[in-house]
Amino acid sequence: MGVKLFYDPGSRTVLAELSGDIDHFTSKSLREPIDAEILARIPLRLILDLTGVSFMDSSGIGLIIGRYKLMNDLGGSITAVCPSPETAKLLELGGINRICRIVATARDASFIGGMKI
Amino acid sequence: MKDRILNEMTLRFPSLAENERFARLAVSGFVSSLDPALDELSEIKTAVSEGVTNCIVHAYRDTVGIITMQVRILEGQRIYIRIKDTGCGISDIAAARTPLWTSAPDEERAGLGFAIMESFTDRLSVRSRPGGGTTVTMLRTLRTRKAANEDRNKKV
Ligand SMILES: Nc1ncnc2c1ncn2[C@@H]1O[C@H](COP(=O)(O)OP(=O)(O)O)[C@@H](O)[C@H]1O
Ligand SMILES: [Mg+2]
Repeated sequence: MGVKLFYDPGSRTVLAELSGDIDHFTSKSLREPIDAEILARIPLRLILDLTGVSFMDSSGIGLIIGRYKLMNDLGGSITAVCPSPETAKLLELGGINRICRIVATARDASFIGGMKI
Repeated sequence: MKDRILNEMTLRFPSLAENERFARLAVSGFVSSLDPALDELSEIKTAVSEGVTNCIVHAYRDTVGIITMQVRILEGQRIYIRIKDTGCGISDIAAARTPLWTSAPDEERAGLGFAIMESFTDRLSVRSRPGGGTTVTMLRTLRTRKAANEDRNKKV
């Protein structure tokens, strides 16, 4: 449960693998390490891998919007990959597709420097 | 409420953030006797999470108060959920229910809690008074997993 971070210098991409439940209680402990990594790397792209996310409510929407704003300020973009059908429905409700590319399966996602996505 | 109550439970717990997960799991466990379709169970858990989070984040901001959650299983696979706090209350309920409206934008609240509760249930009612707390009730008819599977097979 939590977040694992990877960085690919070639494509200047930060990959954040999220797992467990994302709610108001857990979102703070996810937000801080992701932001620290972004500020340390200044990447062009942030990829949020949602494969391991077992539950998400509107706090997850807030988490994605907040990271979008940060990436946008830095001139970068954000992509979410592999949401479960339930998470995908919530992202749609939250209008996340307007600010963030959503990739349904890892097969559709481009590979970055041998990094798993 | 005219509908016959088949089963009922009430939980009282303090507004600690770690209880968001507990509340979801408690409701999920309680309604499991209905063998609900998993996507619908997930929607119920999300609606409960939104209601309970609002008590923790808004109603009892900077304090800890008691959240009372009552769940009833009614005839016809219907579930009734009431989430009640005695916190700060809401002065303009219509504004609060507007999608994207939040009183805490700098805390990364999305302002979507009520919108999600509304779309994941059949009926949402909000009663509140400034200083008098808030009661949110939700009604939702659940399909059994069996019925959901049969529907899916028909579509194929
Ligand atoms: N139980 C509550 N007690 C007091 N205020 C509440 C409560 N629930 C909701 N609110 C108010 O309604 C607003 C909208 O709630 P919601 O749609 O869940 O969005 P969010 O929680 O993201 O702000 C909140 O910002 C808050 O001002
Ligand atoms: Mg809310």
